[in-house]
Amino acid sequence: MTPKLDTVKSLTEQEYKYGFVTDIEQETFPPGLNEDVVRALSAKKKEPEWLTEWRLKAYRHWLKMEEPTWPNVHYNPVDYQAISYYSAPKSQADGPQSLDEVDAELLETYNKLGIPLEEQKLLAGVAVDAVFDSVSVATTFKSELKKHGVIFSSFSEAVQNHPELIQKYLGTVVPSTDNFFAALNAAVFSDGSFVYIPKGVRCPMELSTYFRINASNTGQFERTLIVAEEGSHVSYLEGCTAPMRDENQLHAAVVELVALDDAEIKYSTVQNWYPGDKDGKGGIYNFVTKRGACRGKNSKISWTQVETGSAITWKYPSCILQGDNSMGQFYSVALTNNYQQADTGTKMIHLGKNTRSTIISKGVSAGFGQNSYRGMVKIMKGAENARNYSQCDSLLIGDKCGAHTFPYIDVRNPSAQMEHEASTSTIDEDQIFYCNQRGISTEDTISMIVNGFCKEVFRELPMEFAVEAQKLLEVSLEGSVG
Amino acid sequence: MLQITNLHVNVEGEEILKGLNLSVSPGELHAIMGRNGSGKSTLANVIAGHDKYKIQSGEILYDGKDLSEMSPEDRSLSGIFMSFQYPVAIPGVNNTYFLKAALNAQRKHRGEEEMDAMDFLTFIKEQMKKVEMGESYLRRAVNEGFSGGEKKRNEILQLLALEPRLAVLDETDSGLDIDALKIVAHGVNNFRRDDRAIVVITHYQRILQHMEPDVIHVLLDGRIAKTGGKELAMELEEKGYSWLEEEAAAD
Repeated sequence: MTPKLDTVKSLTEQEYKYGFVTDIEQETFPPGLNEDVVRALSAKKKEPEWLTEWRLKAYRHWLKMEEPTWPNVHYNPVDYQAISYYSAPKSQADGPQSLDEVDAELLETYNKLGIPLEEQKLLAGVAVDAVFDSVSVATTFKSELKKHGVIFSSFSEAVQNHPELIQKYLGTVVPSTDNFFAALNAAVFSDGSFVYIPKGVRCPMELSTYFRINASNTGQFERTLIVAEEGSHVSYLEGCTAPMRDENQLHAAVVELVALDDAEIKYSTVQNWYPGDKDGKGGIYNFVTKRGACRGKNSKISWTQVETGSAITWKYPSCILQGDNSMGQFYSVALTNNYQQADTGTKMIHLGKNTRSTIISKGVSAGFGQNSYRGMVKIMKGAENARNYSQCDSLLIGDKCGAHTFPYIDVRNPSAQMEHEASTSTIDEDQIFYCNQRGISTEDTISMIVNGFCKEVFRELPMEFAVEAQKLLEVSLEGSVG
Repeated sequence: MLQITNLHVNVEGEEILKGLNLSVSPGELHAIMGRNGSGKSTLANVIAGHDKYKIQSGEILYDGKDLSEMSPEDRSLSGIFMSFQYPVAIPGVNNTYFLKAALNAQRKHRGEEEMDAMDFLTFIKEQMKKVEMGESYLRRAVNEGFSGGEKKRNEILQLLALEPRLAVLDETDSGLDIDALKIVAHGVNNFRRDDRAIVVITHYQRILQHMEPDVIHVLLDGRIAKTGGKELAMELEEKGYSWLEEEAAAD
């Protein structure tokens, strides 16, 4: 037996640091899904009729769809009738107007996670729209944003306050019938975030949402819609942790981005859902549909993600490059440890002229983790002079894990320029020994190598997020990598 | 400082060191010469603690402590440094970061304050001058795309920066042209001090022309076959190793 295996073994036994459960009175639907549940959910949220119908249409379509089996992941079938489709902290009924009114226990939960809202808004200047068990309970910095005409609210609030915007853009990027999980989300989405940046406005601060799953057996169906009007600019941060659970939890979110002429949306994610224990028990199923439409000319959408959590990740943040000269970017770090499985990547669909896309994907596998990159670059007929650069790198730690790459390229215009680079490397014993010989511990060595491997992606994250991501990677690998 | 007694070491089941004895005191520079396969690199690796090299019997004492009880990083932190014959590349990790991590691990262990980025840069640039390395090197990944000579100079740079008490240089002269050889030898001479010991493992005597070895040992089939002064190196250069083999056979 080589020492490396022992090392990896001991390292992989790190437990999930954020495993704790907050006991807040829940108002929860009994498990089960049918048209009445969809109606009840919509009624509970006092939604306009068109939205109820939209949900029902999605639900009826979903009934006819089959769960996809093409991803390179394996899990026990999900019983959709065993899931409760609504859960909200009761205190929300009274509607907290400020942080003072927010459940003290909830605030404590954030403190345990190291994300005190107070401190964050003071120190980082970040407005936080905290999503906790499907309902937003704290929204800050609203007035500052309001001054610039920026709308940043929970999805439910936006449905009440800006129905015309929701109706205009909802489902225009990810149709309610797009895929199995997107259709399910459309039928039963509970809440999420809505962002609207008016024409010519550069959003004065980074917008941040912390997602968190808390209630047992509650499927989480978040929905986010971001609209950037002509010449506007926004950077949005999404991060999450989840408490320790034994049963699997389903998380099927949808994110839609719309960038009009000369607009830019930067969407960054640090994902740390509970990955399951070291034997592969428990953990979140994270089946997410994220898509951005560069609808206007010279528009730009950039996805940056650091995925360290979830038992299973199924996620392809994509860009539809419709406007001429528009640009799509995808920077990703996906880490799988223990028995985690990730099938992630992106789709870049080039429609407009001179459209450009960049894909940088870094997969890190440790323990028994399986990591697949799945990407599609499609150059349509009218996309003159489209360019794509793709780079997919895999890093293996130990010899029980796996890395897989599934790149699809479909070019229908001969003027396209495509570049694809791929590499696979390992952290080998000699590298560890070399660093050990200089006095650097094995954990620090692995963390140093992994951070070095991922730095092209970390560079794309906003500063405070990059630090968090690096820390998260260390924690995720600390027992697994260091 | 270093006391090796009747050391037997196996590599992948094959016995390579067959009863080696060696004693090194502070201030001394020992040269260990021998043919390929005589066990030179095995000796270096077993001192540093590479786990491919298994001690079957005998012992290695360092300051009276049994080295076999210590992990490679503990050996390093207690002052043992090995210059690698083939330093590995670590893609993605830049030299500055690596050197700083190593230095601060050592400083922390010695109870000294860790060096911040600014102080470290000033410090390392001083050291780099001694081995004639350009500053661009700091921005490159550890040993990645380095020429043979650059790798060896990088090893000596780390020797100078980390200031160990016992340095084992495994064929640090191999693959170097004459200029690089001088730079490396100069670096080692710079490092030499009364409280530090150096073991130079080499194939050829030419690096020894630029150093002042106190003792020269010839390693033959896993044992020290002959020990002498600097003149022994010259003799080997003229006559090769075969006369020693004959001598050993006659014993």
